[in-house]
Amino acid sequence: MELFTNQVLAGIATGAIYACMALAVVMIYQAIDHLNFAQGEMAMFSTFISWQLMQWGIAYWWAFLLTLVISFVGGIVIERLLFKPLAKAPVLTNVAGFIALFAVVNSVAGLIWDFTIKQYPTPFGSSPFLGSQLISTHQAGMIGVTLLLLVALYVFFQFTRIGLAMRAAASLPESARLVGINTSWMIALGWGMASAIGAIAGILIAPVVFLEPNMMGGVLIYGFAAAVLGGLTSPLGAVLGGFLVGIFENLAGTYIPGVGNELKLPIALALIITVLVVKPAGLLGRPIVKRV
Amino acid sequence: MTQAQLAQGNAPLLAVRDVSVVFGGIIALNGVSFDMHKGNILGLIGPNGAGKTTLFNCLSRLYQPSSGDILMEGVSILTRPPHRIAEIGIGRTFQNVALFPNLSVLDNVRVGTHSRSNSDIISDSLRLGWVRRGEAELNKHVHEIVTYLGLDDVAHTIVSGLPFGTQKRVELARALAADPKILLLDEPAGGLNHEEVHVLGDLIKRIRDERHMTILLVEHHMGLVMSIADHVVALNFGRKLAEGTPAQVQADPDVIKAYLGSKDQ
Repeated sequence: MELFTNQVLAGIATGAIYACMALAVVMIYQAIDHLNFAQGEMAMFSTFISWQLMQWGIAYWWAFLLTLVISFVGGIVIERLLFKPLAKAPVLTNVAGFIALFAVVNSVAGLIWDFTIKQYPTPFGSSPFLGSQLISTHQAGMIGVTLLLLVALYVFFQFTRIGLAMRAAASLPESARLVGINTSWMIALGWGMASAIGAIAGILIAPVVFLEPNMMGGVLIYGFAAAVLGGLTSPLGAVLGGFLVGIFENLAGTYIPGVGNELKLPIALALIITVLVVKPAGLLGRPIVKRV
Repeated sequence: MTQAQLAQGNAPLLAVRDVSVVFGGIIALNGVSFDMHKGNILGLIGPNGAGKTTLFNCLSRLYQPSSGDILMEGVSILTRPPHRIAEIGIGRTFQNVALFPNLSVLDNVRVGTHSRSNSDIISDSLRLGWVRRGEAELNKHVHEIVTYLGLDDVAHTIVSGLPFGTQKRVELARALAADPKILLLDEPAGGLNHEEVHVLGDLIKRIRDERHMTILLVEHHMGLVMSIADHVVALNFGRKLAEGTPAQVQADPDVIKAYLGSKDQ
């Protein structure tokens, strides 16, 4: 039983990271109806930026805040330079754009900071949380930060004017323009926020997976699985999906014979396919119906 | 048009000047001109395909006219991007309703006030004092409009589940929320029954009188147009057929011919 509780708690902790990635994926999906394959690489790059800032002697939390600002601006710049011109282009052109971004960001990170694995600090420490052997303080911190982020996003989207404008622009751009919303700018804001959320995910997971240019590969696939499971149109669903995927991954690795650590990743992929076949709208997403 | 002329009060609020729209080889609008005066209800009529909705879409900047000009208070609107039409006081509804389907009635109306306030993402996120004060004021305004149109009972309902007639009222509320000078209504009576059309007519007149708006009404329902419009413009095949008081237009032989056909056909 203790093994089970242990695995569930560990699953919730890593699930928090998948939840952050899924949130970032959903933000951009809501804005432009595409999955950003480079989301993980953007997060990795942000994490390197925060590492570099700390190398220059800036304290952890200042580096954290500064990285969020840089990532937010960087996300907007990427949208303006690369994806705004592609707004009316076919899906495949956008996919090619995402893959190009993936490759470029990955290589540039390798060029600047090379591919050796680096230690990354945690502000929460790694001692047992509240004297319990089940979960470390860093894991508890990851869960806490994710929940805080979710609450902040909820308040932003429900109670602020810009949040409402972003929801309206995602819902029906034509009408949004008529009431005076600059929909193109709302998309850029979505990119900025997604990029900053990704940075949080990267910074939280870096102490666990260590810092290197390929650190987000697996995480992004779990993030996609979480987003699909929760429903690509629902931020709350994305977070819920993240925690579920985390728990499922850990339990399957422990209890299904032959899965172990090596076969954990295919489980995420199998989950994506299963959800798409059984319930394409996900747990909390709304079904997309097109009139033909 | 000079400021002096505007000040005299006889200048049109909105002037459509020789507007043509061509889609490929099809001429949807062909040199249409008319004026809208402040405080009037202008009825735009015509058989299907006459170009009414095309003209409407030019006014809300969804279509770019191939030639001609549209002047709001003497200034051309054609250089403005669509999202900057609301701020000069033009609001509209759609024939088939274009609400935000997964937002509540209240949120749909609240979005309508977007052009009335100007906060940025930073002060919005930090909920600075002036943002909150502005929001409180706008919320009062939003609730007032929701009550005005009798939508209190459904204020927190997601609009996609509401009946079509109610959705049309929500859309009207969203347009009113921006406090436009000109309200463009695209077939507001479509899908309504006899009794509802009557109520709608009264409502449109009340909006004009109580909220001081100028209204452009595109409508198939002749009874409604003829009973509430001050001025009527008739279109057919993209051209202006007739213009005048409802009685004049009703008696115009060209209009009768367009609607009923002529003897020698």
